[in-house]
Amino acid sequence: MARIIGGLTTSHIPAIGNAVPKEQQLRDDPYWKPFFDAYPPARAWLAKEKPDVAVVIYNDHGLNFFLDKMPTFSVGAAAQYQNADEGWGIPTIPPFKGDPELSWHIIESLVADEFDITSCQEMLVDHGFTVPMSLFWQGNTYGDVKTIPVCINTVQHPLPSPLRCFKLGQAIGRAIESYPKDLKVVVLGTGGMSHQLDGERAGFINKKFDLLCLDKIVNEPEILTRLSIHDLVKEAGAQGAEFILWLAMRGALHHNVKKIHSSYHIAVSNTATGLLVLENAA
Amino acid sequence: MAVLTHHEVDIPGTYVFDGHAAMKGYALNKMCYSFNSAAAREEFLKDEEAYCRKFGLNAEQTKAIRDRNVLEMIHAGGCIYYLAKFAGIFHLTVQDVGAQQTGMSVEAFKKMIKAQGE
Repeated sequence: MARIIGGLTTSHIPAIGNAVPKEQQLRDDPYWKPFFDAYPPARAWLAKEKPDVAVVIYNDHGLNFFLDKMPTFSVGAAAQYQNADEGWGIPTIPPFKGDPELSWHIIESLVADEFDITSCQEMLVDHGFTVPMSLFWQGNTYGDVKTIPVCINTVQHPLPSPLRCFKLGQAIGRAIESYPKDLKVVVLGTGGMSHQLDGERAGFINKKFDLLCLDKIVNEPEILTRLSIHDLVKEAGAQGAEFILWLAMRGALHHNVKKIHSSYHIAVSNTATGLLVLENAA
Repeated sequence: MAVLTHHEVDIPGTYVFDGHAAMKGYALNKMCYSFNSAAAREEFLKDEEAYCRKFGLNAEQTKAIRDRNVLEMIHAGGCIYYLAKFAGIFHLTVQDVGAQQTGMSVEAFKKMIKAQGE
């Protein structure tokens, strides 16, 4: 049977996408050093565990979806996924392998579980998906890992609640662990932590709230599912609402997890960055 | 939980991009979405006003684009994720955009961000 071995979360800031190819040169750069220094333990865990599949829970920022059709939850079902020009110069990187058979299993299981998602046989993946993959698989060495994009709307309100996203994650967990093939699966939740790009409050960061989230999500995620989207916008900033993606990841894991690594840094670009590696307890 | 709209959100300096805003800003956001394509960016730069007309922007939206004024774009229904693509044409980062909206210099804006970690 397929098995979820753990989950990872990381910020997906576009500036990181531009810095990642230059990581070797930036290793001692005072701006980037504290950020990149956090990643070796996450990479080491992946190198040791060697997952076959990465389910990537992310948000599209206007590459694949526009306001003409804005699904709340969508799941990729393609053999391959690519990124593309997003308008401000993020590099195009090698394509990602899909696993259509597993995608359709997840889609069927989710709909049977009352999550009426949108299936996508063509899907461009943006920085919300690609930056974490490039960060975790250094040098874009993700070629052997099959990916399943799961996209959650954070563009147009109403956004799905933290509780709903956590439950979606739980349903994804049930879907994966009922798949008959022997596969090791990791679940990624991308985005966050506190940041706000728009309005007179642009630049807002809330360290206290971020650290609370980073702590509670490990063993008491249910507490965080009591927050509303409005609470998240207020406490984590307009785009800090992306924390729902982390909660979806957490929902896919078991109740008992072991924290392998975590890190928090202010800031890259306008965003407080957070990194978390959780391993499923047996 | 009360449902808050674009205009009622009670967090100062914060705009929730909801259905009301999405309808109001549709043309503006659709134009900015087109800037994913390099050809569209070039076409815009050749004749900005014509490009705005092509997407049916209203006077408020066209003025905001002409003035490169991000807050005005938001008031006209713009969504930051699409507006970022407009900013990208001029190689403006989210930090430039943040500085503009808060009335700070880019250096002061960056300092303000960093200070929140101290």
